[in-house]
Amino acid sequence: MFDFLEGYDLLGAFWVTVQLTFWSALGSLVWGTLLAAMRVGPVPLMRAFGTAYVTVVRNIPLTVIIVFTSLGLFQTLGISLGADRFTTINFRLAVLGLTAYTSAFVCEALRSGINTVPLGQVEAARAIGLSFPQILRIIVLPQAFRSVVGPLANVLIALTKNTTVAAAIGVAEAALLMREMIENEAQLILVSAVFAFGFICLTLPTGLLLGRLAKKVAVKR
Amino acid sequence: MRRAPASHEKAPPAKAKPPARTEAESATVLYDVPGPRARRRNLLWTVLFLAALAGVAWWVIAGLDAKNQLEAAKWEPFVTDGRVWETYLLPALKNTVIAAGLAMVLALPLGALLGIARLSDHRAVRAGAGTVVEFFRAIPVLILMLFANAAYAEFTDISPETRPLYAVVTGLVLYNASVLAEVVRAGILALPAGQTDAAKAIGMRKGQTMAYVLLPQSVTAMLPALVSQLVVIVKDTALGGAMLGFAELLASVRPMSANYGANTIACFTVVAVLFVLLNVVLTTFASWLERRLRRGKRSTGAVVTAEAVEDLATPGEPPGPKP
Repeated sequence: MFDFLEGYDLLGAFWVTVQLTFWSALGSLVWGTLLAAMRVGPVPLMRAFGTAYVTVVRNIPLTVIIVFTSLGLFQTLGISLGADRFTTINFRLAVLGLTAYTSAFVCEALRSGINTVPLGQVEAARAIGLSFPQILRIIVLPQAFRSVVGPLANVLIALTKNTTVAAAIGVAEAALLMREMIENEAQLILVSAVFAFGFICLTLPTGLLLGRLAKKVAVKR
Repeated sequence: MRRAPASHEKAPPAKAKPPARTEAESATVLYDVPGPRARRRNLLWTVLFLAALAGVAWWVIAGLDAKNQLEAAKWEPFVTDGRVWETYLLPALKNTVIAAGLAMVLALPLGALLGIARLSDHRAVRAGAGTVVEFFRAIPVLILMLFANAAYAEFTDISPETRPLYAVVTGLVLYNASVLAEVVRAGILALPAGQTDAAKAIGMRKGQTMAYVLLPQSVTAMLPALVSQLVVIVKDTALGGAMLGFAELLASVRPMSANYGANTIACFTVVAVLFVLLNVVLTTFASWLERRLRRGKRSTGAVVTAEAVEDLATPGEPPGPKP
């Protein structure tokens, strides 16, 4: 029944999806945290930059960003991110696009977490003379991260699903393989069910595990 | 699973979380009002950041210039030549709006239906709706579109020209209806439990309670979350352009830049600006509508943001306690 799978590297395609998710998650966690720090910080210019970045990036389709990294950055401007093979270049471009997009959502999730830290804590920190970077690093962010594990898990799940957009620039991940298999094989329903099942296997455990973790680490107030 | 917090304007419940601060407030509590030294330090940071931004801007501009992307000839057609708009951009924009509009019109009622079904008293209905919602939420919308496209080709005789539109709308409706179902559920759960009690007390049946008491009030509360989902619908139409050959805004970049001297960067800029404008119009209209609805007497003051929905709906969790 499943002999149509022969000749296709199904696990390899999903492994590329996992890799895309991992590197983009790492990148957007770092860049998103920096953006959130800028948005709550005392320097007006940085606040304005953070706000503008989030507003603009959230309103542009991810597909436009990803296709731009290939057509605009690589083919027009010749930016290849230090790779020389096409597959590597496209993979890195996709990670760049996914990071740029997802970090806006990480920033927003984190900012709502920062808002849950009680005023008294920050006032106490200011009273003992901590500076803004210290307050953020020692007092606010550790608590904020603990309270946004749930929302960040949702961002991670959305990211996992969004990696399929990388198929638009030819990264050999699951959605691209699915399109190829739909064209070549007759069993449309079965092929689709296999890929749907693959994504459910990726997203459902992430949600369950991180949901449990969120309850465990949440700051009791 | 906890209920989405309902914020009451006058009397916050005793055990509720501290109310989320507004942006202006949170900007002033994390640091002191700057004194002379802090002002100097802020100025230093401003200058450093400005220098960094200028550096990046210079690098971008130099890069664009080296590839001749800044020539006036590549940008001015968008201002001087009406044909760019008539031939490429406006028809593409029309297709984007049609696909997004159709998807919204179909996904909203379907989502409301699924959301209400998830709150049903009957276990079977609840489980059925829950399975549908969790299934379609766990799958990338692109996979749904690819499947719909192939399915329409195989099982129906929709012409190849209109098939991408059908596929895009189908994918968007299936995915967004299940997300909207969660929005509706969160909106209804956010209403004070007294509303249901009062409706029961005056002898309303379940359907009446839902139709006359819960739904009308929750619409106002749901609007913020609803709108961020509508923005997602608009954005996801671009997937059809990239993967299914649907002639929407993103798909207009290639023929346009081919006809106007490889002005790829200019084309992308214009398309991105159009998307941002489209979404800003949508959100502005929604916040106007929300203000209008809140002024009316129907609102309970409850607000369901996108985050509240996400809190409520970690995939895989069983439906929460009913009100």
